[in-house]
Amino acid sequence: MRAGAGDIELAGLCKSYDGATNVVDGVNLKIPDGAYCCFLGPSGCGKTTILRMIAGHEDPTAGEIVIGGENVAGMAPVERRTAMMFQSYALFPHLNVRDNIAFALRVRGQSRAERYKAADLMMEKVRLTELADRLPANLSGGQQQRVALARAAITEPRVLLLDEPLSALDEQLRVQMRQELRRMQRELGITFIHVTHTQLEAIALADIVVVMEKGKIKQSGPARDVYAYPRDRYVAEFLGGQNVLSGKVEKIGDGHVVLSQPNRSGIQVGLCADARLSVGDRIDLAVRRDDIELMRVDAGGLGDGATALPSRVVAIEYQGSFVKVMLDTLPDEDFVAYIPERTFFRDPFDVGDMLLATWSAGRARVLA
Amino acid sequence: MTVALGEADMAMVRTRRVPAVARGDRRPWTFYALAAVFTLYVAALYGPMICIYILSFQDIRGGLVFPTKGHSLHWFVDLFTQVRTGDVKGSFDRSIKLAALVTVVTLVVSLMAGLAFRRRFFGDTFVFYLMIGSLVAPGLVLGLGIGLLFQWLGINASWYTSALGAQLSWTLPFGVLVMFAVMSRFNSVWEEAARDLGATRWQTIRLVVIPVLAPGLVAVALFGFTLSYDEFARTLQTAGSLNTLPLEIWSMTLNVTSPSLYALGTVTTIVSFAIIGGCIAAIVFINKRRGVRAATH
Repeated sequence: MRAGAGDIELAGLCKSYDGATNVVDGVNLKIPDGAYCCFLGPSGCGKTTILRMIAGHEDPTAGEIVIGGENVAGMAPVERRTAMMFQSYALFPHLNVRDNIAFALRVRGQSRAERYKAADLMMEKVRLTELADRLPANLSGGQQQRVALARAAITEPRVLLLDEPLSALDEQLRVQMRQELRRMQRELGITFIHVTHTQLEAIALADIVVVMEKGKIKQSGPARDVYAYPRDRYVAEFLGGQNVLSGKVEKIGDGHVVLSQPNRSGIQVGLCADARLSVGDRIDLAVRRDDIELMRVDAGGLGDGATALPSRVVAIEYQGSFVKVMLDTLPDEDFVAYIPERTFFRDPFDVGDMLLATWSAGRARVLA
Repeated sequence: MTVALGEADMAMVRTRRVPAVARGDRRPWTFYALAAVFTLYVAALYGPMICIYILSFQDIRGGLVFPTKGHSLHWFVDLFTQVRTGDVKGSFDRSIKLAALVTVVTLVVSLMAGLAFRRRFFGDTFVFYLMIGSLVAPGLVLGLGIGLLFQWLGINASWYTSALGAQLSWTLPFGVLVMFAVMSRFNSVWEEAARDLGATRWQTIRLVVIPVLAPGLVAVALFGFTLSYDEFARTLQTAGSLNTLPLEIWSMTLNVTSPSLYALGTVTTIVSFAIIGGCIAAIVFINKRRGVRAATH
């Protein structure tokens, strides 16, 4: 029963409800067996629809879904060996924890003794044994999630699909349950596909992060790649942690370009020489917020090829391990520097101070 | 017998009790005025019925009006033993059977309609208004029509054919409307979860939909039963040669001149209350088992 790999391949997957607009628009993706994959995107980007198509609750308009080498078109969820954990958990309100977990075995016709034995084993695994006779209405959010997880896992799926599994929980519990999910994934050794709109959740959990917009995949890859090397402005802004500068190339110098924006020109940015640009191009540049250093205007010692943009401090937020300094560097866009807490308090700034926002050459990346 | 419907209504509406005014606060004069109006209202509503119950417990000298003469269960015995009072036992039997039949049909059809009307389908508004139409149509005329139709088709009218149909034209719309209210709290994600876990359609209905909807289904059944048990206008022209209980009582008012008529009123009221009480107890029990705090009235 345990055989059958949980690797998934989506090929040219499309879904349209009205025949005119594609909610999911030509998605191609490979997810290896046993991976933790997060679909990340704003609501309405089609991520849940993809999940539901993989689960077999929705039929693709076009394209193929291949799980473990077999095309699953037209198969029921159980035949696909997928299991879904619903957003609000969808626990059966009239059944207690044990009966909820044993439901899948009950509909398969297993005897009471048989299915309760399996359910008890599963409850032990997710530490629910003491709550076996409780009804869902008498469980906390975290306990409900564990029941939902156990109920899905008892079918021995090769793929577990989780639809915004943490959105019903409060902040503290969310972090805790995040670890629980990851632990369960390792323990079960199966593929998890997790849909979320929270970037922190995605990068904390996933082996593969898939960033989506309007039914299309914008970028997919390991969490660090997506976070640190966003491919375009959308990914950079959605994942956060980056400052994005856009403008027209005014001049290309030695190791730097000069950008102009509608309200400002002569922004000189250090750039690696290998970037293929020509004068007149409209480009987006990304610089990580934690790569930015702030200097007093009168302080010297700027590195070679470094960029220095005069800025005024707009707001300061203390974040514990770092300090978030918001600047008016760019007239029309946010510009934020994450300064390590110790560095900041060695020479703290005030709102209104004039500074230089600097970063060394090579820290800026040209986005697609 | 109209008590039955009134009580059922109150149970459905589940009037919430407003917390009492905090001690020490003086109540405004309007409180007393409204309390007086309410007392009068309750007296007007229940007074006449209570009179009937009291008069039914007279002894053999008793008459149809106050003052009461003695107290005994004589007229109850009379009700079930004397032939001249009419076929009480037979009509009671028929009424209960008919009500049970109506309840089952109403329950099944309402559940199916409730499930069907969650989605839009071709002609759904038309079907809905057709249903409401039979609710507002005058019952006497509707019954007359059904009676005529049966005569024209050459089928003998009887309580289990024509009367059943006539009563369903009344209980079905009610049942479906109650079902709509019940369904509005049903989340179809439960069905999807059941499907995800491998349940067939029928297993989903049997193991998830019906148990989750159980309290609402009890309410629909209660509606079906009391409406049928109580029904007069539509049944009058469709019951054929054998009377249902309301028809029997009506005919008794024309020729029986003893308190056994009142005794019958008392008995049917007790039956109604027993059924309603049983249903409410069932709903409370189901909800309690589910850990939902039962919203009792």
